Amino acid sequence: MSAQLLMAAFYVTVVTLSVSIAMVLWRLFRGPTLPDRVISVDMLGVLAVCFMSIYCLLPGVPVYLDAAVALALIAFLGTVAFARFIEEDARRTKEGS
Amino acid sequence: MTPQSTGNAALDLAVVFFLLAGSFFVFVAALGLLRFSDVLLRMHAATKAGTLGAGLLLVAVALYFFDLAVATRAVAGIFFLLLTAPVAAHLVGRATYWSDTPLDPRTSPDELRGHYGATATTDEPDSGAYSSTSPEEASVL
Repeated sequence: MSAQLLMAAFYVTVVTLSVSIAMVLWRLFRGPTLPDRVISVDMLGVLAVCFMSIYCLLPGVPVYLDAAVALALIAFLGTVAFARFIEEDARRTKEGS
Repeated sequence: MTPQSTGNAALDLAVVFFLLAGSFFVFVAALGLLRFSDVLLRMHAATKAGTLGAGLLLVAVALYFFDLAVATRAVAGIFFLLLTAPVAAHLVGRATYWSDTPLDPRTSPDELRGHYGATATTDEPDSGAYSSTSPEEASVL
């Protein structure tokens, strides 16, 4: 009984995460500004961490958890770099005008 | 391929609960990112609800294996998420305001207006940018 419930919850989670990824991708393509796209990429990183961690529940692939932990750190670095870029770009535009 | 039962019905139910709660919060975060009206509101949804949802899913994995090595990694993942999400949100929010990205017109009061970005008046910080506060109150603040 509880095994079927676990299976159902796993599939519900997979479908929910897939729909979430689709919604975040829509925001990523639509924009309309650069910071919108940056936070979309950040959210995609979090969703990838979620996907990898629930993949651990499948038999035989517990090592995905290590990748999830590493990705949680790496996605942050990309976001920081983008934030710096936006800020520097704004400052340069301001000085130029 | 489907996840096998842990052999303990109560543990299975706990994993089910955390899986569903985590996926709910991640879904809410993505919905907010899609539907809210400006960058700061979208970031508010994605950062807080997204971190909570991912943390709950990691808790579900830790409970499922019920093993010290796996639990340590899950806790490390939650720790990294809690450590990096606020910093990233702060940096992006600051860059957003600095680059004069248009905010929702209902954003009120906007007490930073006139202090950052291209509209900054560096010579005279209180050049009538506040309409709701008198200069005395502004200096106290």
